[in-house]
Amino acid sequence: MNTSIYRRRRFTNAFNMTASMLTMAFGLFWLAWILYTLLAYGLSGISADVFTQITPPPGSAGGLANAIYGSLLMTLFGTLIGTPVGILAGIYLAEYGERGWLAPATRFINDILLSAPSIVIGLFIYEVYVISVGHFSGWAGSLALSLIVIPVVIRTTENMLRLVPNSLREAAAALGAPRWKVIMYVTLRSAKAGVITGMLLAVARISGETAPLLFTALNNQFMTLDMNQPMANLPVVIFQFAMSPYEDWHTLAWAGALLITFSVLSLNIIARWLGSQKTPSH
Amino acid sequence: MPPSMDQARLRTEQSMQKYRNTPNHQRQRLLDAAFKNLTRAAAFLVLALLLGILLSLLVGAMPSIQAFGWSFLTSSDWDPVAEKFGALVPIFGTLATATIALLIGVPVSFGIALFLTELCPVWLKRPLGIAIELLAGIPSIIYGIWGLFVFAPFFSDHIQPWMIDNIGPLPGIGFLFQGAPLGIGVFTAGLILAIMVIPFIASVMRDVFEVVPAMLKESAYGLGSTTWEVVRHVVLPYTKTGVVGGIMLGLGRALGETMAVTFVIGNTALFSTSLFDPGNSIASALANEFAEAHGELYLASLIELGLILFFITFVVLACSKLLLLRLKRQEGRQH
Repeated sequence: MNTSIYRRRRFTNAFNMTASMLTMAFGLFWLAWILYTLLAYGLSGISADVFTQITPPPGSAGGLANAIYGSLLMTLFGTLIGTPVGILAGIYLAEYGERGWLAPATRFINDILLSAPSIVIGLFIYEVYVISVGHFSGWAGSLALSLIVIPVVIRTTENMLRLVPNSLREAAAALGAPRWKVIMYVTLRSAKAGVITGMLLAVARISGETAPLLFTALNNQFMTLDMNQPMANLPVVIFQFAMSPYEDWHTLAWAGALLITFSVLSLNIIARWLGSQKTPSH
Repeated sequence: MPPSMDQARLRTEQSMQKYRNTPNHQRQRLLDAAFKNLTRAAAFLVLALLLGILLSLLVGAMPSIQAFGWSFLTSSDWDPVAEKFGALVPIFGTLATATIALLIGVPVSFGIALFLTELCPVWLKRPLGIAIELLAGIPSIIYGIWGLFVFAPFFSDHIQPWMIDNIGPLPGIGFLFQGAPLGIGVFTAGLILAIMVIPFIASVMRDVFEVVPAMLKESAYGLGSTTWEVVRHVVLPYTKTGVVGGIMLGLGRALGETMAVTFVIGNTALFSTSLFDPGNSIASALANEFAEAHGELYLASLIELGLILFFITFVVLACSKLLLLRLKRQEGRQH
């Protein structure tokens, strides 16, 4: 009797633990399959042309140069617009937010915006910017991306500032430093690595974003550095080329997919490495 | 107190008094106030952003709200030529894909979190954790292109015919798995969504499992529990609000996911009961049609779809956040 219960418990345990290991393998399996596919299909499409030629009409040779520059520009401006706002709001939450309703409310809403559908951000910028200007543009794309940067940066900035020991703040204040100097020169500086980590994660997040660019930056067959024009960008070009029936467009789409994935993943890894290097201790 | 210390304090106070009204002191106070208000304005911006999104979508959707009223939610028409629009098919597609994603994703995420917290050797924890998080880092469009060109053909050649033959004739659930093995469709979209939400759910579950006090678990082990019994009767009850919060977070992600779904769902506004048929979701309808939509009513209907999506995800994510906050408070009480 007792041995049979014992055996059953052991069996249930072994069964569930095996299942748990299998789920882990299941997760890793998809990662491996996707990365393998990207290398298998993408590597053959990578050549110097990809970086120097602009997107071709179907049937002729070309590259992704305009899309790559467009993506770089919009990611750059999206980060430049979003990061300062995110850091400032993060400072408010961590340093001034003990009292009042604003900090908890902001924290709550921010966590929701962090996971909000990015296509809705695109709709929002379309409504408030694209319609009033009258045309799609690189600026609209950058604005949409910056709205995705802000929540990510707020979250990491607040978390990192909270890890800074209070004794540092008190020491600076005891030397007579005003609050803003304490924050800018002591707290923020000692949390620098963490804040940069957050920024890199935000860059990684937006450099693969497609949905918010579909109706803000749109696309452009030609090279343009004018942010007031519709602007080519890698994700939208990949979308358009992959959905087309043309074989040579597919090859370019795979090359672009490989470029994006490996830059996003290396940004992620660099950010994590940086984050684990110099986080202030508890 | 020795008199010298009294004198020292007096001197400090005098020098502070002298400093208090100097121009430098006043300037610093001004800067302090300005800096605080600057950061406060940035925090306000986040709230304004949410209101702005809601208001702008509401204004943009007004023509369609006025034209169709509540019937927009229950009509399955989607006819740009006759200018008749209803959201039933995209709403159904969004809910169906998200449900499939959770049905597959939740057990797998639970297994992964269990593995990472209870079974994994310490030296493997970090690399495996990072690998799962990389799955979350892969952009959605990559899942899309992979799903369309690699997974869908594989699925329609090898797995789908078997499912149609063996699950299709079953009473009760069979009608969900009938039709032609196209590869793309609602089921494929749900499956790919499952892979995409696994890292989010798994990392929340792992984090909440890790807050269970070691003493609780060790007591259960000490009574002779197996690992599974510890997880089932100690860890899960302790963390259930957090686990549900993590599932809701995954649901929020799945509902709003755009590009991966757009690639593989097939994009048709026709309603079908079989999950193997092509369908539509709110996000994929927007991605496909918005840039090319002409006519005020067409645009407004698409924007109303966006409003519905934003509303649903907002409610789901708010619930998730509240549950996770509750777990945090409970944890604070017990320590």
